[in-house]
Amino acid sequence: MSLIHEIDYGTPASRSETMVTLTIDGREVTVPEGTSIMRAAMDAGIEVPKLCASDMMDAFGSCRLCLVEIKGRNGMPASCTTPVAAGIEVSTQTPRLKDVRRGVMELYISDHPLDCLTCAANGDCELQDMAGAVGLRDVRYGYEGDNHVKARNNGEINAKWLPKDESNPYFTYDPAKCIVCSRCVRACEEVQGTFALTIGGRGFDSRVSAGMAEDFMASECVSCGACVQACPTATLTEKSVIEIGQPEHSVVTTCAYCGVGCSFKAEMRGEELVRMVPWKDGQANRGHSCVKGRFAYGYSTHKDRILNPMVREKISDPWREVTWEEAYAHVAAEFRRIQYQYGRESVGGITSSRCTNEETYLVQKLVRAGFGNNNVDTCARVCHSPTGYGLGQAFGTSAGTQNFDSVEFTDVAVIIGANPTDGHPVFGSRLKKRLREGAKLIVIDPRRTDIVRSPHVEAAYHLPLKPGTNVAILTSIAHVIVTEGLADEAFIRERCDWSEYEDWASFVAEPYHSPEATEAYTGVPADLVRGAARLFATGGNGAIYYGLGVTEHSQGSTTVMAIANLAMVTGNIGRPGVGVNPLRGQNNVQGSCDMGSFPHELPGYRHVSDDATRETFEKLWGVEISNEPGLRIPNMLDAAVDGTFKGIYIQGEDILQSDPDTKHVAAGLAAMECVVVHDLFLNETANYAHVFLPGSTFLEKDGTFTNAERRINRVRKVMTPKNGYADWEVTQKLAQAMGMNWNYRHPSEIMDEIAATTPSFALVSYDYLEKMGSVQWPCNEKHPEGSPIMHVDGFVRGKGKFIRTEYVATDERTGPRFPLLLTTGRILSQYNVGAQTRRTDNVVWHAEDRLEIHPHDAEQRGIRDGDWIRLASRAGETTLRSLITDRVAPGVVYTTFHHPTTQANVITTDFSDWATNCPEYKVTAVQVMPSNGPSDWQQDYDEQARQSRRIAGKLEAAE
Amino acid sequence: MSHDTNTKLIYMANQIATFFKSQPQDEAAQGVATHINKYWEPRMRRQLFQHIDGGGEGLSPLVLEAASKIKRPQAA
Repeated sequence: MSLIHEIDYGTPASRSETMVTLTIDGREVTVPEGTSIMRAAMDAGIEVPKLCASDMMDAFGSCRLCLVEIKGRNGMPASCTTPVAAGIEVSTQTPRLKDVRRGVMELYISDHPLDCLTCAANGDCELQDMAGAVGLRDVRYGYEGDNHVKARNNGEINAKWLPKDESNPYFTYDPAKCIVCSRCVRACEEVQGTFALTIGGRGFDSRVSAGMAEDFMASECVSCGACVQACPTATLTEKSVIEIGQPEHSVVTTCAYCGVGCSFKAEMRGEELVRMVPWKDGQANRGHSCVKGRFAYGYSTHKDRILNPMVREKISDPWREVTWEEAYAHVAAEFRRIQYQYGRESVGGITSSRCTNEETYLVQKLVRAGFGNNNVDTCARVCHSPTGYGLGQAFGTSAGTQNFDSVEFTDVAVIIGANPTDGHPVFGSRLKKRLREGAKLIVIDPRRTDIVRSPHVEAAYHLPLKPGTNVAILTSIAHVIVTEGLADEAFIRERCDWSEYEDWASFVAEPYHSPEATEAYTGVPADLVRGAARLFATGGNGAIYYGLGVTEHSQGSTTVMAIANLAMVTGNIGRPGVGVNPLRGQNNVQGSCDMGSFPHELPGYRHVSDDATRETFEKLWGVEISNEPGLRIPNMLDAAVDGTFKGIYIQGEDILQSDPDTKHVAAGLAAMECVVVHDLFLNETANYAHVFLPGSTFLEKDGTFTNAERRINRVRKVMTPKNGYADWEVTQKLAQAMGMNWNYRHPSEIMDEIAATTPSFALVSYDYLEKMGSVQWPCNEKHPEGSPIMHVDGFVRGKGKFIRTEYVATDERTGPRFPLLLTTGRILSQYNVGAQTRRTDNVVWHAEDRLEIHPHDAEQRGIRDGDWIRLASRAGETTLRSLITDRVAPGVVYTTFHHPTTQANVITTDFSDWATNCPEYKVTAVQVMPSNGPSDWQQDYDEQARQSRRIAGKLEAAE
Repeated sequence: MSHDTNTKLIYMANQIATFFKSQPQDEAAQGVATHINKYWEPRMRRQLFQHIDGGGEGLSPLVLEAASKIKRPQAA
């Protein structure tokens, strides 16, 4: 094992297909037109000295080190900014170049500290490398003059010296070490798109400045770390590197936060993780990351992790630590007893969208083959199940149609109910890059999310609709496209069912779908809807990106169908730059759905009533599989309250905090006789558990995650599981205790079983992934290299299906008691229920959930910014502090759900999507009023949680 | 079965019917039935039939029309 060194070509690749041949140092090189001489040289293996260049951003030409000479041309052009030309003869090393480079380096070093031995970048410093490369042996200028290096010059205070900025929890900024190459500034602009950094001053006074000469924390910096990665010196350095030292080996793995699925190099020293560095060959992230993936991994070694299995008779008892064998035997005996007593259908399981494909596959196998029923579900139930249903109906497959690279070819991007710069930050950055290149943006969201207007990005249209009216707006857009003759009839005739289209077209053309008619209840001015519809239909490649603001509604599935209709009617399917792109919330929510986590589907989205599919698994597993659908999560809870569902195995999901209507969830869990929670921490659900099985982190196991673009990425173990076992091993041992003959020795064997049974995974194996890096399913005989884009020559189901989408108002309505609409969402620094990110320094950005409320609504209620307020719905009430902002419209309030003390889901109701039971998180009628502090419920809950986390023989752990 | 769960099931069935009501008429009842057959666990369908057999109060006419096409699970 060694450190993976990625080649930096100095400037980005050219997309040109015209090839140019030139000579560099006597070697003939052929590269695409538009390539820089620097890159062409690197292609030929010739490394031109450089400091300000990096292939992550455009050439800048400031460091003056990469000079070359070209035969017949005057002077010494910078190789980074000079494109290749046919037939030129380039020299990268001549006596003149050597002298000039050495002179340049001498100037750099004359204003740089000479503490190399104790510097954190020692061993990873490009400045040091370049000094070596150019043969710098002496600095004639001395170090006594004007400088940025020393706090005092000859006893006098040096006004040019600035102290280290250590305000960011994850990295430091040491201005004394800065060479003003601008790589950090350009990374912030070009890669991340935040524009938080600039160069202040000019000439010798130039220096990097966060915001308006603020510290990093006070600036607009989002802590993505692109600047730290770009810095060639120790000016911007990870605090972990300062503390630990340089890594000695690295392993490529996949981030376990959101559905973008970024590839990282986990850089290690022994089994200690030194830092995470985004991998440039990662095809989802292309070398970029966000604050969570790069920095927020500290939870993996947090003291709250539970490392020993625990059991208790009653949930009011303290936990008792037991051996693994006792724990397995206890669960097996309990589940068998419950099934004997209450019937085979009285137990079930929940697979995790945070765990690997292999682990998910095993949990559903345990339920179907071990428990003998189909009572298995996953947290996709509460996020993207409508995507599965809606896209399945329209296109024939439950997945996004594109890869993330596709955004580079998009001309009009539509974002519906998603907040990519917070929820899917790396995709957000890639989208913003395309928008800065001139693509247009339409945002359909009740809130003015950051991407509506941010530096160098402004949406052409923002449709601030009333929560719950998605279907009305999208059908209105379809109305405009059809009635104004903007439909792509050629595409529709070729690719879709024409008579279904005609039926749908006459439906949407009805006058009551016109923007003028829907304005009354959507709240969106008709001219905005018409403008957005025309832009989408005529603006070139149109791509729709959507999130949970689409799915988590009573009409979630209908909205997904409406999105599919819009893509088909405009011909935006089947090529780069277009398509329907669900932004998946969790790292492996796509994978968990693919792996047969739903109660009605076996792996590969095949219904349990399909005899041939069941037979495939029955033969292999040697059991009979039920042909009846099982219970979905909300149905399990209902059945539990009814007394017919008594035992559950929950792997890596915290349903008590994440699922709606907390009181109902609690009642369901409390009614069960054996709740088994398999997790890293004693999460909220564990308050109701009888058995706790310690889980392992993504750093501690092998496996695969499948991201939002259907990309199957390897997860690689970099450290021994602190709890002793990877999650798949725990599930296997549990299955063995229940009498199953399972003997997987490695997750690769589980993947082989998946490939053997699931046609869309037929060619997937660990060896193949090793060879390909990653593949996007379907990956089989027909698509041996995987499928970056789907439905290229025709829809999976044959003809694309247009489906009527009638708007039906949700029954969750405002009235005199609950006059405001609450909608919920995420923030960049925190992740889902926060179990991981709350246990990292990310809390400095978001220590509590706040309620966003419009100044008008706040004033009416006498609420000032930061006041404690009571938030009540018909389901329950809680308290939190206010945040007054006009990002939300009057009548709409918004909060995040990252903190268990807030428990935003006490407020949300049990309304759900008609097709999938996906909860209606995004619309709850509420009232807001001033308050003095936590509600009774919060205090009771807190006390109950504290009681239920007691472990016999251990002091109570302080949170 | 609790009263609560029953109310919820009626509500869910009606929600499904509301979607299919807007679809072409000849597909509506079959649509409701297929959906329930594919996604409702037997005890949910059993409970629905108990309610239908008891008069079906509160159920949308389309659900009642679809009932003959819904698979009736064996008695528990």
